[in-house]
Amino acid sequence: MSIVFYIIAGLSVAGALAAVLLKNTVHCALALTVAFAGLALMFLELDAQFAGFAQILVYIGAVAILVVFAILLTRGSETPKDTVYSRNPIIGLVTAAGIFAMLGWAVLHSAQALPGSGGTPMAAPTVTVMDIGNSLMGRYVLPLEIVALLLTAALIGAVIVAMHEKESAK
Amino acid sequence: MNPLIGYLLVAALLFAIGLAGALTRRNAILVLIGIELMLNAANLNLIAFWRYGPHPEALTGMMFAIFSIAVAAAEAAVGLGLVIQIHRHAHTTDLDAMNRMKG
Repeated sequence: MSIVFYIIAGLSVAGALAAVLLKNTVHCALALTVAFAGLALMFLELDAQFAGFAQILVYIGAVAILVVFAILLTRGSETPKDTVYSRNPIIGLVTAAGIFAMLGWAVLHSAQALPGSGGTPMAAPTVTVMDIGNSLMGRYVLPLEIVALLLTAALIGAVIVAMHEKESAK
Repeated sequence: MNPLIGYLLVAALLFAIGLAGALTRRNAILVLIGIELMLNAANLNLIAFWRYGPHPEALTGMMFAIFSIAVAAAEAAVGLGLVIQIHRHAHTTDLDAMNRMKG
Protein backbone atom coordinates (compact mmCIF):
# COMPACT_ATOMS: atom_id res chain seq x y z
CA MET A 1 0.00 0.00 0.00
CA SER A 2 1.55 3.25 -1.09
CA ILE A 3 1.34 6.60 0.65
CA VAL A 4 -0.54 7.93 -2.39
CA PHE A 5 -3.36 5.46 -1.75
CA TYR A 6 -3.74 6.64 1.84
CA ILE A 7 -3.82 10.30 0.79
CA ILE A 8 -6.46 9.67 -1.91
CA ALA A 9 -8.52 7.43 0.37
CA GLY A 10 -8.44 10.05 3.14
CA LEU A 11 -9.51 12.74 0.67
CA SER A 12 -12.44 10.69 -0.64
CA VAL A 13 -13.66 9.62 2.79
CA ALA A 14 -13.32 13.15 4.20
CA GLY A 15 -15.26 14.56 1.24
CA ALA A 16 -17.99 11.95 1.63
CA LEU A 17 -18.27 12.56 5.38
CA ALA A 18 -18.50 16.31 4.84
CA ALA A 19 -21.13 15.77 2.12
CA VAL A 20 -23.47 13.97 4.49
CA LEU A 21 -22.66 15.90 7.70
CA LEU A 22 -22.53 19.59 6.79
CA LYS A 23 -25.59 21.72 7.52
CA ASN A 24 -25.52 24.01 4.48
CA THR A 25 -26.70 22.17 1.36
CA VAL A 26 -24.40 24.06 -1.02
CA HIS A 27 -21.40 23.10 1.12
CA CYS A 28 -22.60 19.49 0.91
CA ALA A 29 -22.61 19.68 -2.90
CA LEU A 30 -19.06 21.08 -2.91
CA ALA A 31 -17.87 18.36 -0.53
CA LEU A 32 -19.52 15.80 -2.80
CA THR A 33 -17.41 17.14 -5.68
CA VAL A 34 -14.28 16.57 -3.58
CA ALA A 35 -15.37 12.97 -2.91
CA PHE A 36 -16.00 12.40 -6.64
CA ALA A 37 -12.56 13.83 -7.48
CA GLY A 38 -10.94 11.54 -4.92
CA LEU A 39 -12.71 8.54 -6.44
CA ALA A 40 -11.57 9.60 -9.93
CA LEU A 41 -7.97 9.77 -8.63
CA MET A 42 -8.46 6.31 -7.15
CA PHE A 43 -9.59 4.98 -10.56
CA LEU A 44 -6.45 6.50 -12.11
CA GLU A 45 -4.35 4.90 -9.37
CA LEU A 46 -5.95 1.56 -10.35
CA ASP A 47 -4.73 2.01 -13.98
CA ALA A 48 -8.29 2.55 -15.21
CA GLN A 49 -7.61 5.79 -17.08
CA PHE A 50 -10.77 5.75 -19.17
CA ALA A 51 -13.05 5.14 -16.19
CA GLY A 52 -11.22 7.84 -14.20
CA PHE A 53 -11.69 10.48 -16.86
CA ALA A 54 -15.28 9.35 -17.46
CA GLN A 55 -15.82 9.78 -13.71
CA ILE A 56 -14.43 13.34 -13.86
CA LEU A 57 -16.53 14.22 -16.92
CA VAL A 58 -19.79 12.66 -15.80
CA TYR A 59 -19.75 13.19 -12.04
CA ILE A 60 -17.82 16.42 -11.53
CA GLY A 61 -18.88 17.88 -14.87
CA ALA A 62 -22.54 16.88 -14.94
CA VAL A 63 -23.94 15.35 -11.75
CA ALA A 64 -22.39 17.91 -9.36
CA ILE A 65 -23.63 20.77 -11.55
CA LEU A 66 -27.10 19.20 -11.65
CA VAL A 67 -27.11 18.91 -7.86
CA VAL A 68 -26.13 22.58 -7.48
CA PHE A 69 -28.84 23.59 -9.96
CA ALA A 70 -31.43 21.57 -8.05
CA ILE A 71 -30.34 23.09 -4.72
CA LEU A 72 -30.59 26.63 -6.06
CA LEU A 73 -33.93 26.00 -7.83
CA THR A 74 -35.48 24.56 -4.67
CA ARG A 75 -33.99 27.24 -2.40
CA GLY A 76 -32.35 24.46 -0.42
CA SER A 77 -29.38 26.70 0.33
CA GLU A 78 -31.24 28.19 3.26
CA THR A 79 -30.23 26.18 6.30
CA PRO A 80 -33.36 25.02 8.12
CA LYS A 81 -33.93 26.50 11.54
CA ASP A 82 -34.46 23.29 13.47
CA THR A 83 -32.61 20.09 12.56
CA VAL A 84 -31.29 18.85 9.24
CA TYR A 85 -31.69 15.22 10.25
CA SER A 86 -34.78 13.10 9.93
CA ARG A 87 -37.04 12.03 12.76
CA ASN A 88 -35.13 8.90 13.73
CA PRO A 89 -31.48 9.39 12.71
CA ILE A 90 -30.27 6.81 15.22
CA ILE A 91 -31.94 3.97 13.31
CA GLY A 92 -30.25 5.05 10.08
CA LEU A 93 -26.86 5.40 11.76
CA VAL A 94 -27.14 1.98 13.38
CA THR A 95 -28.15 0.41 10.05
CA ALA A 96 -25.22 2.02 8.23
CA ALA A 97 -22.76 1.04 10.95
CA GLY A 98 -24.07 -2.52 10.89
CA ILE A 99 -23.71 -2.72 7.10
CA PHE A 100 -20.14 -1.38 7.32
CA ALA A 101 -19.24 -3.85 10.06
CA MET A 102 -20.65 -6.72 8.01
CA LEU A 103 -18.87 -5.65 4.80
CA GLY A 104 -15.58 -5.09 6.62
CA TRP A 105 -15.84 -8.46 8.35
CA ALA A 106 -16.55 -10.16 5.00
CA VAL A 107 -13.58 -8.46 3.29
CA LEU A 108 -11.11 -9.17 6.09
CA HIS A 109 -12.19 -12.79 6.51
CA SER A 110 -11.94 -13.56 2.78
CA ALA A 111 -8.46 -12.02 2.46
CA GLN A 112 -6.83 -15.35 1.59
CA ALA A 113 -9.35 -16.12 -1.16
CA LEU A 114 -9.01 -12.73 -2.88
CA PRO A 115 -6.97 -12.61 -6.09
CA GLY A 116 -3.50 -11.16 -5.73
CA SER A 117 -2.94 -12.44 -2.19
CA GLY A 118 0.07 -14.50 -3.28
CA GLY A 119 2.38 -11.65 -2.36
CA THR A 120 3.76 -10.93 -5.84
CA PRO A 121 2.61 -7.53 -7.14
CA MET A 122 0.47 -7.85 -10.22
CA ALA A 123 1.63 -6.18 -13.42
CA ALA A 124 -0.51 -3.28 -14.55
CA PRO A 125 -2.88 -4.34 -17.33
CA THR A 126 -2.08 -2.65 -20.61
CA VAL A 127 -5.50 -1.52 -21.74
CA THR A 128 -5.71 1.35 -24.18
CA VAL A 129 -8.74 3.44 -25.04
CA MET A 130 -8.62 1.71 -28.44
CA ASP A 131 -9.23 -1.66 -26.76
CA ILE A 132 -12.17 -0.19 -24.87
CA GLY A 133 -13.61 1.28 -28.07
CA ASN A 134 -13.17 -1.99 -29.92
CA SER A 135 -14.95 -3.99 -27.25
CA LEU A 136 -17.70 -1.34 -26.95
CA MET A 137 -18.32 -1.74 -30.67
CA GLY A 138 -17.85 -5.51 -30.62
CA ARG A 139 -18.70 -7.62 -27.63
CA TYR A 140 -20.59 -4.93 -25.69
CA VAL A 141 -22.50 -3.33 -28.56
CA LEU A 142 -25.92 -4.46 -27.31
CA PRO A 143 -25.46 -2.95 -23.80
CA LEU A 144 -24.18 0.21 -25.46
CA GLU A 145 -27.37 0.49 -27.52
CA ILE A 146 -29.48 -0.17 -24.44
CA VAL A 147 -27.63 2.55 -22.52
CA ALA A 148 -28.23 4.93 -25.43
CA LEU A 149 -31.95 4.12 -25.29
CA LEU A 150 -31.95 4.52 -21.50
CA LEU A 151 -30.26 7.93 -21.68
CA THR A 152 -32.77 9.11 -24.28
CA ALA A 153 -35.66 7.88 -22.15
CA ALA A 154 -34.18 9.53 -19.04
CA LEU A 155 -33.70 12.82 -20.92
CA ILE A 156 -37.30 12.88 -22.16
CA GLY A 157 -38.59 11.68 -18.78
CA ALA A 158 -36.70 14.33 -16.82
CA VAL A 159 -37.98 17.08 -19.15
CA ILE A 160 -41.58 15.83 -18.90
CA VAL A 161 -41.42 15.45 -15.11
CA ALA A 162 -39.96 18.91 -14.55
CA MET A 163 -42.15 20.62 -17.16
CA HIS A 164 -44.52 23.34 -16.01
CA GLU A 165 -48.00 22.07 -15.26
CA LYS A 166 -50.70 23.66 -17.36
CA GLU A 167 -53.19 25.72 -15.40
CA SER A 168 -56.10 23.71 -16.79
CA ALA A 169 -54.55 20.45 -15.61
CA LYS A 170 -54.68 21.51 -11.96
CA MET B 1 -1.00 -6.20 2.84
CA ASN B 2 -2.98 -7.06 -0.25
CA PRO B 3 -3.79 -3.75 -1.98
CA LEU B 4 -7.21 -5.06 -3.05
CA ILE B 5 -8.29 -5.20 0.61
CA GLY B 6 -7.54 -1.52 1.05
CA TYR B 7 -9.70 -0.56 -1.91
CA LEU B 8 -12.52 -2.86 -0.76
CA LEU B 9 -12.46 -1.36 2.74
CA VAL B 10 -12.52 2.19 1.37
CA ALA B 11 -15.46 1.23 -0.86
CA ALA B 12 -17.30 -0.33 2.11
CA LEU B 13 -16.70 2.83 4.16
CA LEU B 14 -17.96 5.09 1.36
CA PHE B 15 -21.03 2.87 0.94
CA ALA B 16 -21.78 3.07 4.66
CA ILE B 17 -21.36 6.86 4.66
CA GLY B 18 -23.70 7.16 1.68
CA LEU B 19 -26.24 4.88 3.32
CA ALA B 20 -26.10 6.86 6.55
CA GLY B 21 -26.61 10.09 4.58
CA ALA B 22 -29.55 8.65 2.64
CA LEU B 23 -31.20 7.35 5.81
CA THR B 24 -30.65 10.28 8.17
CA ARG B 25 -30.99 13.52 6.19
CA ARG B 26 -34.35 15.14 5.59
CA ASN B 27 -33.56 17.16 2.46
CA ALA B 28 -34.44 15.09 -0.66
CA ILE B 29 -31.37 16.36 -2.56
CA LEU B 30 -29.06 15.15 0.20
CA VAL B 31 -30.70 11.73 0.06
CA LEU B 32 -29.87 11.68 -3.66
CA ILE B 33 -26.28 12.68 -2.80
CA GLY B 34 -26.09 9.68 -0.47
CA ILE B 35 -27.36 7.39 -3.24
CA GLU B 36 -24.72 8.75 -5.62
CA LEU B 37 -22.02 8.00 -3.04
CA MET B 38 -23.26 4.42 -2.72
CA LEU B 39 -23.19 3.97 -6.52
CA ASN B 40 -19.65 5.34 -6.62
CA ALA B 41 -18.52 2.92 -3.92
CA ALA B 42 -19.88 0.05 -6.02
CA ASN B 43 -17.97 1.38 -9.05
CA LEU B 44 -14.77 1.45 -7.01
CA ASN B 45 -15.30 -2.22 -6.15
CA LEU B 46 -15.83 -3.09 -9.81
CA ILE B 47 -12.65 -1.30 -10.92
CA ALA B 48 -10.58 -2.76 -8.06
CA PHE B 49 -11.68 -6.32 -8.88
CA TRP B 50 -10.98 -5.67 -12.58
CA ARG B 51 -7.45 -4.44 -11.77
CA TYR B 52 -6.51 -7.28 -9.41
CA GLY B 53 -8.62 -10.03 -10.96
CA PRO B 54 -7.16 -12.89 -12.99
CA HIS B 55 -8.14 -11.58 -16.46
CA PRO B 56 -7.89 -7.79 -16.67
CA GLU B 57 -7.54 -7.94 -20.46
CA ALA B 58 -11.16 -9.17 -20.73
CA LEU B 59 -12.28 -5.66 -19.59
CA THR B 60 -15.37 -7.02 -17.84
CA GLY B 61 -15.23 -4.95 -14.64
CA MET B 62 -14.17 -1.83 -16.52
CA MET B 63 -17.15 -2.09 -18.88
CA PHE B 64 -19.49 -2.75 -15.96
CA ALA B 65 -18.21 0.41 -14.25
CA ILE B 66 -18.55 2.53 -17.39
CA PHE B 67 -22.14 1.41 -17.97
CA SER B 68 -22.86 1.93 -14.29
CA ILE B 69 -21.58 5.53 -14.53
CA ALA B 70 -23.93 6.14 -17.49
CA VAL B 71 -26.93 4.67 -15.66
CA ALA B 72 -26.10 6.71 -12.54
CA ALA B 73 -26.09 9.89 -14.62
CA ALA B 74 -29.56 9.07 -15.96
CA GLU B 75 -30.76 8.31 -12.44
CA ALA B 76 -29.44 11.63 -11.12
CA ALA B 77 -31.16 13.59 -13.90
CA VAL B 78 -34.56 11.96 -13.33
CA GLY B 79 -34.24 12.09 -9.53
CA LEU B 80 -33.38 15.78 -9.44
CA GLY B 81 -36.18 16.52 -11.92
CA LEU B 82 -38.58 14.77 -9.55
CA VAL B 83 -37.27 16.80 -6.60
CA ILE B 84 -37.74 20.06 -8.49
CA GLN B 85 -41.29 19.09 -9.46
CA ILE B 86 -42.14 18.09 -5.87
CA HIS B 87 -40.77 21.41 -4.63
CA ARG B 88 -42.93 23.25 -7.15
CA HIS B 89 -45.96 21.28 -6.00
CA ALA B 90 -45.50 21.12 -2.22
CA HIS B 91 -43.04 24.05 -1.70
CA THR B 92 -40.70 21.89 0.36
CA THR B 93 -37.93 19.35 -0.12
CA ASP B 94 -38.33 18.04 3.42
CA LEU B 95 -39.00 14.32 3.11
CA ASP B 96 -40.68 14.13 6.53
CA ALA B 97 -43.22 16.73 5.39
CA MET B 98 -44.22 14.67 2.34
CA ASN B 99 -46.70 12.25 3.81
CA ARG B 100 -49.37 12.11 1.13
CA MET B 101 -49.34 10.23 -2.15
CA LYS B 102 -52.21 12.33 -3.51
CA GLY B 103 -51.50 16.02 -4.11
